[in-house]
Amino acid sequence: MTQPLSAAGKAVSLDDYQPVVGTAEVEETRALAQRLASRSVKMVNSTAVGGGVAEVLNRLVPLLCDVGLPTSWEVMTGGNDFFEVTKAFHNALHGLSYETSWQAFELFLTYTEQNLQRLSFDADFVVIHDPQPVALVKARQSGAAHWAWRCHIDISNPQPLVWDFLGQFVRRYDAALFSSPNFTRSLPIPQYLFFPAIDPLSQKNQELDADFIRSTLEKFSIDPKRPILTQVSRFDRLKDPLGVIEAYKLVRKYKDCQLVLAGGGAADDPEGGQVLSEVRAAAEKDPDIHVLELPPWSAVEINALQRAATIIIQKSLREGFGLSVSEALWKKKPVVASAVGGIPLQVIHKLTGLLTHSVEGTAYQIRFLLSNPAIAARLGENGHEHVKENFLITRNLKRYLLLFLTLCGAA
Amino acid sequence: MAASTLLRITGQRATNLAELLEGIRGCSDATIFNHTFQSLEQHHFLTEGFSNDFAQWALAACNEPQLAERLASLDIRHYETLAALRADLVAAMESYLRQVPEAAYRKGFEPFYFSEAVIVTVPTPWQVRTLAEFCEALAHVSIHTLHYHFVAARLRTPPTNDFSYWLGDSLGLKELAERIDEIDIYTNTLEGVREHILEEASAWLTLG
Repeated sequence: MTQPLSAAGKAVSLDDYQPVVGTAEVEETRALAQRLASRSVKMVNSTAVGGGVAEVLNRLVPLLCDVGLPTSWEVMTGGNDFFEVTKAFHNALHGLSYETSWQAFELFLTYTEQNLQRLSFDADFVVIHDPQPVALVKARQSGAAHWAWRCHIDISNPQPLVWDFLGQFVRRYDAALFSSPNFTRSLPIPQYLFFPAIDPLSQKNQELDADFIRSTLEKFSIDPKRPILTQVSRFDRLKDPLGVIEAYKLVRKYKDCQLVLAGGGAADDPEGGQVLSEVRAAAEKDPDIHVLELPPWSAVEINALQRAATIIIQKSLREGFGLSVSEALWKKKPVVASAVGGIPLQVIHKLTGLLTHSVEGTAYQIRFLLSNPAIAARLGENGHEHVKENFLITRNLKRYLLLFLTLCGAA
Repeated sequence: MAASTLLRITGQRATNLAELLEGIRGCSDATIFNHTFQSLEQHHFLTEGFSNDFAQWALAACNEPQLAERLASLDIRHYETLAALRADLVAAMESYLRQVPEAAYRKGFEPFYFSEAVIVTVPTPWQVRTLAEFCEALAHVSIHTLHYHFVAARLRTPPTNDFSYWLGDSLGLKELAERIDEIDIYTNTLEGVREHILEEASAWLTLG
């Protein structure tokens, strides 16, 4: 079923961001939008809640409307069988093993056809997010609109059969947008660097009272007086929560600390429950490991957990971008993260955080920061500025305006 | 004018210094601009590290600090064309790889990805005719506008920046223009550059 999610009911305005990014930045963004003269935009993805893409669209769509571009957001729908196939495609695009079958491709196309019957594509600019709805480009009529495919995941090393199948659709777009240059494939269409972004005014990133942070720690029985290592992410193998527990155990040989693993599953991720069980089993005998399965409406609690952390970890094995890294940097937290996917774009080693490549390296860098709080604080300050410059929703809005101007030849 | 930048991924990449050299030789001017002039804006809040992407990669990915320092020492303020800057980047790399040939094919820790800047400019509401109006506008505009007029401008109005050109040419304040042109864009953040320009201009205003 189509879920029209126009943000007409939300009163967010670009002007609300002036205290964060400055008046000039807001004025310059509005000046870019004026050059597009009320052209319309349609965004399509595959989930309305959970995951970074839905979070970004939830704020980006009303902002596009606010600067004068009528924008709608629609969610591609499908049964569990569709999302099992697209999850397998997702893993295969990340290079994990997957036995392809013609039934999977057929099912993918069947759901695409169903959605094509329900959705309309009459906007001036159509932006399709991620592989699930990629084949909707079949609706494209020559010369009618500009289509862009926004790929939020790393497809640099995909399973060839899955990529061959999906790539035939990608080639029909005007442009492909990637979170990092190392995510790309050789394509006959222009490719642009498009960082995802966090919203500094959202519940997940807004400033919080110290009392609320303290009460959140109490609620989850976390000791505020001892160092806290925190990873916030979905319970997904690619986020390597078991590797985080291993690193924590190595740190504990030298330093007293607690570990918080907080996250939830997204609506389109049927594998999350199984990973969560494995994590709980690994954490079972240690009362200082806090495994928190949080519902999608826990943004403010996640904010509090991040702000309470001494160090934020993001030990992903593969990563699209890893928005939770930017969330941590925005809160001026020192970050120890894997050098995968889009993370090195956010964590510039030794300047805005520390990059690692193994469980042992992660443990060592955590020990280093626990022993050197002044260096940790400086990394956090630099990280905040880096996010302000590159990874805020206002910058994302500006990139879309620049893309649209480029696509219609007005740049 | 306010300038905004979209980065286009070119598909070119280098996994070692020999490939970096080939890439620098053959890439577009917009790519050279992005990895030298534009990178200074992208990391405008840092004074540590190298503002030039090629130098930063030579250090961080290839562990070649001597080459990194040579590449970083090419001051973009001294170049009136991207062709001249490219030629000196190539010369610095050729010279180093002649001295240390074994470094040429040693695989970098991570690849270098070439990307080019697509720049879109729009007018700002600020039009100034006096030094006082200039100070008011400069305090207001974004870092991107400052970068466009103070750093990138050197390719449009050589051998100086837009501010100095206007102060000298339209207001006849040649000494102030020169003092502003000497502000170091490498040892200051861009906010620091803005403060220095305002300090210089305000002092001039006070003098009357």
